[in-house]
Amino acid sequence: MAEITLDNIAHCYLTTPKKESDYALRLIDNIWEDGGAYALLGPSGCGKTTLLNIISGLLTPSKGRVLFDGKDVTALPPEKRNIAQVFQFPVLYDTMTVFNNLAFPLKNRGFNKEDINKRVLDVAEILDLTDCLNKKAAGLSADAKQKISLGRGLVRKDVAAILFDEPLTVIDPQLKWQLRGKLKEVHEQLKLTFIYVTHDQMEALTFADKVIVMYEGAIVQIGTPQELFENPSHKFVGYFIGSPGMNFLPCTLNGNKAMINNIGIELDDRTAALGEKSTGTLELGIRPLYLEVHPEEVENSFPTQVKSIEDLGSYKIITADLSGNTLRAILPEGKDIFSENAWLRFPKSWIRLFANDRLLTHQG
Amino acid sequence: MDKWKDNKAWFLVLPVFIIVAFSAVIPLMTVVNYSIQDIFGPGQRVFVGTEWFKEVLSDGRLHEALWRQLIFSGLVLLIEIPLGVFIALLMPKKGWGASISLVVIALPLLIPWNVIGTIWIIFTRPDIGLFGAAINGMGIVFDHTASSLDAWITLILMEVWHWTPLVALLAYAGLRAIPEAYFQAAKIDGASTWATFWYIQLPKMRGVLTIALLLRFMDSFLIYAEPFVLTGGGPGNSTTFLSIYLVKVAVGQFDLGPAAAFSLIYFLIILLFSWLFYQVLQNVGKGETS
Repeated sequence: MAEITLDNIAHCYLTTPKKESDYALRLIDNIWEDGGAYALLGPSGCGKTTLLNIISGLLTPSKGRVLFDGKDVTALPPEKRNIAQVFQFPVLYDTMTVFNNLAFPLKNRGFNKEDINKRVLDVAEILDLTDCLNKKAAGLSADAKQKISLGRGLVRKDVAAILFDEPLTVIDPQLKWQLRGKLKEVHEQLKLTFIYVTHDQMEALTFADKVIVMYEGAIVQIGTPQELFENPSHKFVGYFIGSPGMNFLPCTLNGNKAMINNIGIELDDRTAALGEKSTGTLELGIRPLYLEVHPEEVENSFPTQVKSIEDLGSYKIITADLSGNTLRAILPEGKDIFSENAWLRFPKSWIRLFANDRLLTHQG
Repeated sequence: MDKWKDNKAWFLVLPVFIIVAFSAVIPLMTVVNYSIQDIFGPGQRVFVGTEWFKEVLSDGRLHEALWRQLIFSGLVLLIEIPLGVFIALLMPKKGWGASISLVVIALPLLIPWNVIGTIWIIFTRPDIGLFGAAINGMGIVFDHTASSLDAWITLILMEVWHWTPLVALLAYAGLRAIPEAYFQAAKIDGASTWATFWYIQLPKMRGVLTIALLLRFMDSFLIYAEPFVLTGGGPGNSTTFLSIYLVKVAVGQFDLGPAAAFSLIYFLIILLFSWLFYQVLQNVGKGETS
């Protein structure tokens, strides 16, 4: 178990980087707490796997240091770092039994037979693999195979962190839930540092205490799922988290009102003050969940053209036009819109202002 | 059944039937035909039943040739398969080094078989051959036309030089097909180079090595052109392998009946061994439960 410090890490796959965009990882400087469940979330190519490989030691960063509990491990190979990794596709030793697969990391490290037996049985118990210990690993289902991959990490008591590289990609949807639950259970039981790479926000948000959102080789936000949802620090996080993503409307300020063409949306004093102080292109952002749609006019509402309604069973997604901007809103179950004409209301407490793509906040 | 109602599609398979019939089935049936008849000339034939088979099976020279053949194939496989795997492991994984080594390794495979025999005749000549002269220059008498042992050494060297590249290429292809994650996992698990080879690389090469073993067994068991050119089956009969003896019987002595029976037995032996190898390789390492 360990606290992981990433000290000004940058990585480039080219030997002679010429420009900023040659870097797969721009600059990462973070401390990850011992025993935390972290998810690295981002689209393909954002550098999350690169970062994971730097932590595991499969890659040495071009710049910066990696520290485990304050000890510099930048130059150490994976086997010396005491980390474990679960890969996208189950990696097993096909010719061995499940027992031998689990015992393999211990045998390589010269543990004695009794210790190995005990550890393997303990881990098999945690992962519900006891019944198939004597079976060949090759014949098992994909989710059992991933559990064995995880188990090979868990058998080592001194393991600093377990890294997951999109481990549920090849698992059937209904088993995904089960296995994800199992991962969470294991985390709570053993209090190991888990780092989980995924491009699936559902997986990240349900698995992790802290989600690290990455975009173009940099970390754009670290936060709890709720923080990411309510206060996305960057437009990208707004788009990427939530389905559908956050609505963004270019606007200008006029006193306490955000003007979208000729429509003035009222802001609360704090938000308006932030907008006053800022420079750059202003945009108003609101989550579809908080944007209200009403079939008739209510106070502070604006008429809109409804373009389409998608019924997803427990809720509906409304796509509407507000003076040339396309907006999406989530209509809860039980409510309905009957014609093309509807009214939109922007609740003050859920309006966020962004300047040059970044959220305006009091701290910075 | 519905799917048999409209049989027109079978006409599309007809060309294949015809080609296979002329290239395999009809020649094979002709051999079967010869093996059970005594043929004196066109239209003059007598049915003899299993007589030729009995004659061939009790032929002492055939037994000797069969043993020779088994030892030869066994030695060749024992050397070529491990050596080919070893070479494949040493080959660079990517970059220009990989392309160059692939081309260099493949060179012996591009040379016609009879030319290979000629190359090795010259290469091992005690007077002017690079190898032969060098060995003899060191004071070791080496002459494959005079000594059976030298003839065998030359033949095996030649066969290994000629065909190990095929095993190496197949093994290389098998190695390249292993996802990188396996090696990363092995590193993380602290596996030694040997353990990585034994538990990851070798099992993942099972398929290609099965093919390599079958091809090399069949080809070495059928070897003809190279020993025919190099030693002509001698000195004495020491390198008279099955196919060389078969040609002596069929063409040299024009005994078509025994030769046909011999061919069928030869065919069955290869089939039997290939099946055995296949079965063993498919199941090796799968039954253990320790």
